[in-house]
Amino acid sequence: MKKILFIEDEPTLQKTVDKFLENSGYEIKGAMDGELGIKMAKKFQPDIILLDLILPKMNGFEVLEELQRDEATKNIPVIVLTNLEGSVDVEKAISLGAKTYLVKANYELSEIVKKIEEVLK
Amino acid sequence: MENTILKNVCEQFNFSKQCQKYNLSIWQCPSFLTFLTGIVTLIVTISTYVVAIKYASPEIVALIVLAMAAVLMIFNYLIVQGFERLVEANRLKTEFVSIASHQLRTPLTGIKWTINLMKNETTFPLTGEQNRKLEMIEENNQRMINLVNDLLNISRVEQGRLNMEPGPVHLEKIIQDLVKEYKEFSKANNVKLFFTFKKNLKPAFTDRQGIELVLRNLMDNAIRYTKGGGDVKIRLTEKGNFIRYEIQDQGVGIPKDDQKRIFQKFFRSQNVMKYQTQGTGLGLFIAKSIINASKGKMGFKSQENKGTTFWFELPIVNKKQIKQNANL
Repeated sequence: MKKILFIEDEPTLQKTVDKFLENSGYEIKGAMDGELGIKMAKKFQPDIILLDLILPKMNGFEVLEELQRDEATKNIPVIVLTNLEGSVDVEKAISLGAKTYLVKANYELSEIVKKIEEVLK
Repeated sequence: MENTILKNVCEQFNFSKQCQKYNLSIWQCPSFLTFLTGIVTLIVTISTYVVAIKYASPEIVALIVLAMAAVLMIFNYLIVQGFERLVEANRLKTEFVSIASHQLRTPLTGIKWTINLMKNETTFPLTGEQNRKLEMIEENNQRMINLVNDLLNISRVEQGRLNMEPGPVHLEKIIQDLVKEYKEFSKANNVKLFFTFKKNLKPAFTDRQGIELVLRNLMDNAIRYTKGGGDVKIRLTEKGNFIRYEIQDQGVGIPKDDQKRIFQKFFRSQNVMKYQTQGTGLGLFIAKSIINASKGKMGFKSQENKGTTFWFELPIVNKKQIKQNANL
């Protein structure tokens, strides 16, 4: 079973994604802030990370930088899942190693699962 | 050491670079304006001196010139301050829209995904009646999401921050993908989509994301406003130095009285309001702004109850633009 780490501070979004991905056959763990997210990435070694950009303690961009810096995590693909939408943010995220950038409000959960499958191939 | 000081001074004078930081034209940029007012002060002061020296004694001249210079400097300072405040207010407005749209999207996403979960429920599937109520919530939620997206785009349009990165774009490919994507939606509305295009079309010079938005909006409208079924025909051709796009529907049409306002913000024609209250009235406004920003033209022809044809023309990529893109 593929492992997913979801770094997101909104409880509703954590719960809904958690349930949906579990039902879709993934093992999923969640972190509610950037610092915890990094720790869990190193420990849990997920196959893919879903990352929000606005987070307490350490924002998404800093998380991306830290993930790239560490040997243990730099090869884990990251999908940025955010409601921020400046093209500056998109460019920054991609330049920091994100595989793709999705605006949450414009995607159904089933479409996000499709994107995860695409990246995992 | 001297070189860096000289370099710094020269950089301060590189106004276009400085002003890009604020995303403004050079005429709104504080540092350029300060420089300009300084030059004006100098010119006026010297002219005052030259004129005054003809008519008065040297001491009086010195006083006049000094007084003139002082007055000018005060005015200049006030003017530049005014512009600086404008710039700051503009920046705050942009930031506000950005923050507000992000904050609004979060709970809207929460609702969207919760409904996804409920519809996905297999252990205790919903009754037909429950499903219908859920669909109503989902529809209204999506309306709000669309409104936030539109408002974000409008804010960008109004502040000239459309983030347009024009380059060569082959419209045929995008339209073909869209036709595939809209197949189900058009079927549900009893609409048949047709797309014909001239062979070996040259690419248009425009922003890919922006033009996709325009194409989607026009297609959405054509299908949505065709009641009782019909054909929607899309045509792509070359017309002189332009690529011409046309989309013709057999829909409800636009009443003559409403035609001159169709591109206005929030405007929705009376005859569609009674059929479908979902539109935001922003789509065409945004579409026209994008086409204009690409140095293109947009228009339409319509007859109530017969149908509408929307068209736009975009400039074909020229040799210089192809070279520019190759260097990127």
